[in-house]
Amino acid sequence: MKRLPDALLMAVSAVILGIIAGALLMTAIGSNPFEGYYHLFRGGLMNMRRIGNTVAVSTTLILTGLSVAFAFRTGLFNIGAAGQMLIGGLCATAVGLQVALPRPILLVVMVLSAFAGGALWGAVPGFLKAKFNVHEVVATIMMNWIAYWVVYYAVPAFLKGDFLETESRVLPAYASLRVPWMTNLFDGAYVNMGLFIAVAMIFLIRFMLNRMTIGYELKAVGSNRHAALYAGIHVNRNIILSMVIAGGLAGLAGATFYTGYSANIQIGVLPIQGFDGIAVALLGANNPLGVLGAALFFGLLHAGKGFMNAMTGIPPEISDTIIATIIYFTATSILIGRGLNYLARRKKKGGK
Amino acid sequence: MWEIIVQIFPYAIAYTIPLLITALGGLFSERSGVINIGLEGLMVVGYFCTAITIRNLEAVAPGTAIQIGLLAGFAGGAVFALLHAFASINLNANQVISGTAINMMAGALTVYLARTITGSGNIQIRTGLLRRTIGGLSDIPILGGLFFTQTYATTWLVLALLILSWFVLYKTAFGLRVRACGEHPAAAASAGVNVYLMRYIGVIISGAFAGLGGGIIMVTYSGEFSGTVAGLGFLALASLIFGQWKPFGVLGSTFFFGFAITVANVSQVIPEFAVIPPIILRVFPYVVTLIALVVFSKSSQAPKAIGQPYYPGQG
Repeated sequence: MKRLPDALLMAVSAVILGIIAGALLMTAIGSNPFEGYYHLFRGGLMNMRRIGNTVAVSTTLILTGLSVAFAFRTGLFNIGAAGQMLIGGLCATAVGLQVALPRPILLVVMVLSAFAGGALWGAVPGFLKAKFNVHEVVATIMMNWIAYWVVYYAVPAFLKGDFLETESRVLPAYASLRVPWMTNLFDGAYVNMGLFIAVAMIFLIRFMLNRMTIGYELKAVGSNRHAALYAGIHVNRNIILSMVIAGGLAGLAGATFYTGYSANIQIGVLPIQGFDGIAVALLGANNPLGVLGAALFFGLLHAGKGFMNAMTGIPPEISDTIIATIIYFTATSILIGRGLNYLARRKKKGGK
Repeated sequence: MWEIIVQIFPYAIAYTIPLLITALGGLFSERSGVINIGLEGLMVVGYFCTAITIRNLEAVAPGTAIQIGLLAGFAGGAVFALLHAFASINLNANQVISGTAINMMAGALTVYLARTITGSGNIQIRTGLLRRTIGGLSDIPILGGLFFTQTYATTWLVLALLILSWFVLYKTAFGLRVRACGEHPAAAASAGVNVYLMRYIGVIISGAFAGLGGGIIMVTYSGEFSGTVAGLGFLALASLIFGQWKPFGVLGSTFFFGFAITVANVSQVIPEFAVIPPIILRVFPYVVTLIALVVFSKSSQAPKAIGQPYYPGQG
């Protein structure tokens, strides 16, 4: 039980350092950081519609964050969530536009195809890692760019929009994850049924990791591959399985984003949410509930930035900079750890 | 066909050169034992520094603005790489996470600054580098048409840096020390090599070279900073692997990839190339890199200690 508070303390420190860095940047361009943050958070929270948008942004981040976190637990670094998400989104969009089915069945097929697309994109690096010991970081980076170009050529060729070559046709309302009662509840926000998928996945992954044999095996492979092999666990099978599930989760993120938050898919963009997922997983200490918290926080930073920009003129990229800074500080958490130790020691001395 | 090749050759080289210099930078970092997936971000930083410097100087010092701009890209990349060096060398951070942070930070921070300075996220410059045909050499049959017509000065600069890098890495004591730190840092340390210093130099060179690569994009074929180099940094990383961490291997792989990009770009307008679907050409570099990883998985020339933090006194 001692590890959780440590992880929490580390995460809070990284967030505080990131927010300080953001404040310094706002000051550097002559803006008032207090005003900046006030409008940033107000932009994400000030009414039902904005809260709904924050939740909608977070929905995607929960799933990419879970994807990265799940792979991490098996000792794999999934840098390919962006590509898996893109392929998931492509599959869901293609089904939504091309297949005629009654709405409930259509939505289920769309979501499943997104999972399958992402899973396939994760399976390739998993297979290469298991069979040939190809480093998954490099393999997933390559898969990201393969996904980027597949979408770049597949969308104009098969799903071309009416006016623009650079995006697909707009999904009809019956093929969207948005539902009227949610949209109305949140006053026209982008929030959609993807939220339920994301929350269900949090608990499913949590259950799997903590309560199921397969989760135990996956974690054993992550902690010590050789010990796991010696204990009779199929290491290679688990590596592939872990990447398949991680890829599938990122694929689901694609469904929630391209067929829920948005209504079509654009070419020439590797979705930033895939990389933000790394930040979400790190900040959430690779724990499903931690992922939820981190995704809500980063969702807030993203959802509020437009309002902040309109009110204060601070460029919206401040949010992305803060997130990147937080990743950097979580990577260097040893420094934070040293700092905290130092403070604890001083406090002890002072108390004497 | 030959005429078309001669025609597109200068473009292929223009695409190759930023890749080559960036991959060469990555080679120094990885040979010293530090993975650098932040090359993409470091290129963006150089791209930005070059753009902003030229924008400010081109009115007052039109003759030297481009040279100073490229120098600024070089320096900017080097300084930004210090973040990666500090995290991976002093703090034993996960080098992949630190590199990811560099990529994200570079993309966001430069656009943030560009927006503050110009109002939009883009920075335009009025004049880039001019192509020159080298008198005399361009008249050599075959080679003259390919290599000495319509060239940029930066091409020759980068080729000179390539030869210099090869010389430094393989023919000097310093190069041997850098490579030793990537293979077996503890052994290097026991021979009196300062592992931290060597790795710092490796990472700083990678930043400087990647920054120069970004700057070269700015002054040659782009002319406008837009906050992204669209994956060229990752392509440089792929070239580094495909070239098996060797300077001339990297030359070959970057040229291979640069040529593929060019053919994909022109395949719409040149009917001879239209038979190859452009998507094949686009994904080709990434697919062959994956295949290379599989093929070389038993005999990879990757530095042995790549990605491993060094603790003083470790056996």
